[in-house]
Amino acid sequence: MTELRGFYTLWFREVKRYLRDRVRIISSFFQPLLWLVIFGAGFRFSGQIGGLNYQEYIFPGIIGQALLFTSMFMGISVIWDKEFGFMKEILVSPVSRVSIFLGKMIGDSTDAVLQGTIVFLLAILLGIKVDPITYLAALPVMLLITFGLVSIGLTIASFMGSLESFGAIQSFINLPLFFLSGALFPLTGPGIPEWLQIASKVNPLTYGVDALRTIILGEAWQPLQALHVNLAIVGVFDVIMIIIGTWAFTRMK
Amino acid sequence: MTKVIETFKLTRTFNGLTAVDKLDISVESGEIFGLLGPNGAGKTTTISMLCTILKPTSGTAKVNGFDIVKEAMQVRRSIGIVFQDPSIDDRLTGRENLFMHANLYGVPAREQKNRIDSVLKLVELEDRADDLMRTYSGGMRRRLELARGLIHYPKVLFLDEPTLGLDPQTRDHVWKYIRELKEAHDITVVLTTHYMDEADRLSDRIAIMDYGKIIALDTPAKLKETLEGDVVIIRANNPNAVLSLVTEKMGLPQAHIVNGNVEVTVKNGKSMLPRIVETATHNNIFVESISLREPNLEDVFLHYTGRTIRADSSRERHGMSAIARRRIR
Repeated sequence: MTELRGFYTLWFREVKRYLRDRVRIISSFFQPLLWLVIFGAGFRFSGQIGGLNYQEYIFPGIIGQALLFTSMFMGISVIWDKEFGFMKEILVSPVSRVSIFLGKMIGDSTDAVLQGTIVFLLAILLGIKVDPITYLAALPVMLLITFGLVSIGLTIASFMGSLESFGAIQSFINLPLFFLSGALFPLTGPGIPEWLQIASKVNPLTYGVDALRTIILGEAWQPLQALHVNLAIVGVFDVIMIIIGTWAFTRMK
Repeated sequence: MTKVIETFKLTRTFNGLTAVDKLDISVESGEIFGLLGPNGAGKTTTISMLCTILKPTSGTAKVNGFDIVKEAMQVRRSIGIVFQDPSIDDRLTGRENLFMHANLYGVPAREQKNRIDSVLKLVELEDRADDLMRTYSGGMRRRLELARGLIHYPKVLFLDEPTLGLDPQTRDHVWKYIRELKEAHDITVVLTTHYMDEADRLSDRIAIMDYGKIIALDTPAKLKETLEGDVVIIRANNPNAVLSLVTEKMGLPQAHIVNGNVEVTVKNGKSMLPRIVETATHNNIFVESISLREPNLEDVFLHYTGRTIRADSSRERHGMSAIARRRIR
């Protein structure tokens, strides 16, 4: 019971802090907007991918990108908490490190999914066809994608002492994961170098983006894997990262 | 009286340096126990071990009957901690910080509101409770941390340098709160400080700590009595000459130079004053002024270590650069 309440209060804190940060929420509109409007519209005339116009094709990819960047960025809260001493208050409390990690992780995942939701709202503004049911179906998939990614961010942050070093490491991971996920262009099929295909296959985000496309684009999209296979791969990735993250939090002083 | 804390040869080393050296102390239930010593004496290390933040290198301790190594979770449930450095979430309101703490320590949901209201009242922060803590002053943050440490009704409250960096008026306030908390909640308080007056005013008993060891332990009054007498302060243009005069010619061994003056602890101060002046004049030393005062804890520390606590600022700076180095690494 104490563990559950500890978990809940840490989850609630992450969400509350996110919702209070209006600057972050407003600014979070712009990056996906740039990708969808400038990048998406710019390449729209260069051809179609699998019968879809380019904007439609990258829309699920941009959701994946928002989830990826926000999730990884969330690790920064660990560094803030260390810097401002609040981490000590949490770490000496009689709540297990497992609950502490899960509370923070799922709280950050919730924030990342809210960020993904913003991209959905943008899509409606841009005239991309999405209905509420599609959104509701995408919701648990978005959450599943963020668990593992947030865990990476939290794990790295638990080892880092400063914001600068965290930022440097983060960009090392973010961009390769993004570019190799198929979010912006297909990475399978003829003409794509084999090493690039392999790199994309070991990228967990590839399966997350594919799952999002399957749900959002429906019949129009020819998935790389069946939906349940995609979700299973993402799920396994999540479990591994959660175990590593919990371990990292256990050794944190 | 029952013992709420007991340490058994509690020891902690860092890279071969002994920070806490085979400590054996016990704290009685309901007392305010002061750990007094210069920076780097091992006070915070001791508290960190008792709070299960640091594991002892050897030895152990019991807090509220639980072993700090084997029963860390039970120890954590029994204690409240106010850290030396701030440890609040300044993006949340005061009340939200308190609710979080109540949840982390498993305070029953139906009791949370009442307890939070009452501790807020105790530290007089009711009207600011719903403001974000980033708008609080340093003293207000400290008071909220004190209040926070009490919400889960701890058996022992640890205060690590509770008034470090606060202005004198706020310090007075915080002292008042600590006394009130202790009385209202019937808890044991362990505090560390390097302020003499703080230890003197607050503590029922004081352990003076230096280089990881306890060098004296008693009530403030008894500690001062061990000096047996008064402190004579002599101001002269050649303090070294005065020092050798009183120690060698007059046979008064407890003499030190403090802030350019010679301070001598003697049994009967009033009758000693004229004799010192007389002897000095005989030896062609001009005494500019001479005065008498009651001994304080600073004198006690000086008596046991031959140093003043404040003279250790070089060591403090050394400690800070050590911290800076650790961060860079």
